[in-house]
Amino acid sequence: MSVDIAVIDYGMGNLRSVSKALEHVAPAASVLVTSDPEIILNAGRVVFPGVGAMGDCMAELDQRGLIDVVKQAAASKPFLGICLGMQMLFEHSEEGDVAGLGILPGRVLRFPAEAMLDHRNERLKVPHIGWNEVHQAVPHPMWNGIIDGTRFYFVHSYYVEAGNPELVSAFSMYPFPFTCTVAHNNIFAVQFHPEKSQAMGLTLLGNFVTWDGNVAPNQCDTFNTECAI
Amino acid sequence: MGLAKRIIPCLDVNAGRVVKGVNFLELRDAGDPVEIARRYDKEGADELTFLDITASSDQRDLILPIIEAVASEVFIPLTVGGGVREVNDVRRLLNAGADKVGINTTAVLKPQVVADAAARFGSQCIVVAIDVKTNDQGRWEVYTHGGRTATGLDAVEWAVKMQEMGAGEILLTSMDKDGTKSGFNLALTRAVSDALSIPVIASGGVGTLQHLADGVIQGHADAVLAASIFHFGEYSIHEAKLHMLQNGIEVRL
Repeated sequence: MSVDIAVIDYGMGNLRSVSKALEHVAPAASVLVTSDPEIILNAGRVVFPGVGAMGDCMAELDQRGLIDVVKQAAASKPFLGICLGMQMLFEHSEEGDVAGLGILPGRVLRFPAEAMLDHRNERLKVPHIGWNEVHQAVPHPMWNGIIDGTRFYFVHSYYVEAGNPELVSAFSMYPFPFTCTVAHNNIFAVQFHPEKSQAMGLTLLGNFVTWDGNVAPNQCDTFNTECAI
Repeated sequence: MGLAKRIIPCLDVNAGRVVKGVNFLELRDAGDPVEIARRYDKEGADELTFLDITASSDQRDLILPIIEAVASEVFIPLTVGGGVREVNDVRRLLNAGADKVGINTTAVLKPQVVADAAARFGSQCIVVAIDVKTNDQGRWEVYTHGGRTATGLDAVEWAVKMQEMGAGEILLTSMDKDGTKSGFNLALTRAVSDALSIPVIASGGVGTLQHLADGVIQGHADAVLAASIFHFGEYSIHEAKLHMLQNGIEVRL
């Protein structure tokens, strides 16, 4: 069986919103929520969502024999991590002091209570829930049609501290700048929920379903014939 | 610029229809839930909250196809509350397309359900709804069963306990104010919000756009919830956001 888009299901949280949103932006594509390693590895592209606690998610992945499957998919095809599906790509999380998949260098930290004051010295709440501005750090095909500073919907208490600053493709402020998306080769991962971020969230998912997995934005235009070579 | 304060229209659903009451009584029909959800999404609502106030349990499943229908065309967060008695009810609502589930009476009767649901599905999807009435001694007392049963619990202490049990957010409704259009109970909202590290959604009493701004500025609410001012076309969500912006509040436009 071969599907266009596999949404990895490892028993954590509700994946219906993700698959509904993908079906909405790609009505002609086959979207399957699945934990079948073969289907995931044969899919054209893979979405790796996740909610809940990182330790539980890693345990569920392990129990289903999906750790290597996720690693292989992340190494070989357009791959979108969402929320905990972004955090798990990194080496370690403060949440439960657990190891992540270690596909990307970096760690996952909790918003520190003592730093959660805004510019008016008012306390910021954790979880970080709601719509925050996403500041694009690099050009990327996933940003097509999305204006720099567009708001996306977040809900999380932990954030990624990337081990390599070149991974950071966007940041948000809460109250300090934190990494809210990363990009590496065929991997793009977001801390926010594009499936819950209305029109611009759907635009981002639409970009994913047409992305070829290459990082460099298309430099060619129709007036530059050299690019055809 | 950082996180925006949220405006959340609330849809009270009774046996499949959106209704609106005054002080938790006198229900008035406000329309079809899917149609209303679609309109609020277009107007820029940051989230939607559905409260199932259906009295009889055999009609309560009517909310599930409504949530399914909304979730397949409205791509913003959906909170659904009402009639949640056990962890399995939380699962049912999440599977229907809810992103967060509101727990009210059950949180008081069986607080462990809050802890178990938070452990199973994550705190981010557990909203504890607290209905509060000022009692004869002037204390803020928690009520359950749709505002019919006094618990003797102090609202601020109860909110702190729910945060400790794993709630990701508190939906705080002032019963004294609900449906009166005289504004939020600002002192209550501020006392609860300041006592917590998790976000508080203020509810009950909005009659003007200034009330929404007051909820954030004076009540320290992280989000404001309102029903009738939006249902009956007095104001659009967009107008509400512009008004908040004019008051120096960060919103998503």
